[in-house]
Amino acid sequence: MAFDFGVIFDSLPFLAEGLALSFLLTLLAAAGGIVLAVILALMRLSGYTALALISAAYVNFFRSMPLILVIFWFFFLVPLLIGRPVGGFYSALIAFTLFEAAYYSEIIRAGIQSVSRGQVAAGYATGLTYGQTMRFIVLPQAFRNMTPVLLTQGIVLFQDTSLVFVVALRDFMTATTIVARNEGRLIEMYLFAAAVYFVICFSGSLYVRRLQGKFAR
Amino acid sequence: MIEIRDIDKWYGTTQVLRACSTSVAKGEVVVVCGPSGSGKSTLIKCVNGLEPFQNGEITVDGVPVGDRGTNLSKLRARIGMVFQNFELYPHMTVTANICLAQEKVLGRSKAEAEAKAAGLLSRVGLSEHARKHPGQLSGGQQQRVAIARALAMDPIAMLFDEPTSALDPEMINEVLEVMVELAQEGMTMMVVTHEMGFARKVADRVVFMDKGEIVEDAEKDAFFGTPRSDRAQQFLSKILHHI
Repeated sequence: MAFDFGVIFDSLPFLAEGLALSFLLTLLAAAGGIVLAVILALMRLSGYTALALISAAYVNFFRSMPLILVIFWFFFLVPLLIGRPVGGFYSALIAFTLFEAAYYSEIIRAGIQSVSRGQVAAGYATGLTYGQTMRFIVLPQAFRNMTPVLLTQGIVLFQDTSLVFVVALRDFMTATTIVARNEGRLIEMYLFAAAVYFVICFSGSLYVRRLQGKFAR
Repeated sequence: MIEIRDIDKWYGTTQVLRACSTSVAKGEVVVVCGPSGSGKSTLIKCVNGLEPFQNGEITVDGVPVGDRGTNLSKLRARIGMVFQNFELYPHMTVTANICLAQEKVLGRSKAEAEAKAAGLLSRVGLSEHARKHPGQLSGGQQQRVAIARALAMDPIAMLFDEPTSALDPEMINEVLEVMVELAQEGMTMMVVTHEMGFARKVADRVVFMDKGEIVEDAEKDAFFGTPRSDRAQQFLSKILHHI
């Protein structure tokens, strides 16, 4: 059996569309997840028992669920509740956002705790409020400390977007599968998919390592 | 200006302040000294509400610090504080450090705040470092920036919490000089420090603390002449010994 990698070039536009969707989902879910995660982390550290408990429950709950199950809820169960379909894209996006927020919030909590209490005291001592101290002093330093870990989690998220085939979304992985089946070129296409994921994720990891080196100084 | 009356404070079941009372009048410089763990840093942090206390009352310019109804942020904006570890914001330039609270708390414009910062930096001798980040400065320079940051708020009083304890010996004087100048200009100051040279030079009164209690609270000359308590005498003999 001869390999025919020409099939890849013929279907490049189709595959590129899939890759664009994978990136779009990753970026939107990461952005939404981080915003939600900051709120969760601040609730957890607020010192108010009720808020901390809600946040802890959220995090522990989502960390105990398989991601694919969360996607199914929004695709199959939520439409039953609200009476209309959510659609594949929004099901996936909401599921990823809620799911990633649980992981991000633990990273962000650690990041906030890595900023010394003296910095908070310094902010308060000049008359800044809690919110201002967080926004201008603590969070910028926390994000700087945790950027490498957040990016690493982002790489994991990018790989996880391949799960959206379950709701018939055409991400990169799904596009590859479609081409592979239609053209009968499973080996070539899955080797190609592996190469693409490897190049993207590995260069991401290298970048993270460079950032870490830079921040360590 | 600052009235401290019968302050008790516990960490859990450990009492760290016991019935502490003292005061700082307008324009007065009060030095608080004592062995480590005597509660002096805790006491000064109670003055601007960074540390809560369980009993007693502290008022600054008539405003009760411990009251639930007091807007602490508003009060703190009027009291400058300088920390042992400088606590400059490492992600901001020196100028941005001095401007942040001016803009966000006092509502000054960026231009106003920067002009104020420039004036204060020149006063503490650091004009050429305005665009640098704190990490590029020596400890003594960082602490002078921290003093400028506090002064930028036009405070009615300044609190110093061991401002020279984290400094290498050769940098202590550059910070003390700025503080002496401030004192001579009539700033109301409460200073936790072991620098007895500073106390001798500019303090009006010296408060000596031990084990969470104010053991002695005396005019400077009385304190250095004949401390009444054994504990203060022992402390002084220890720290003055190696000078």
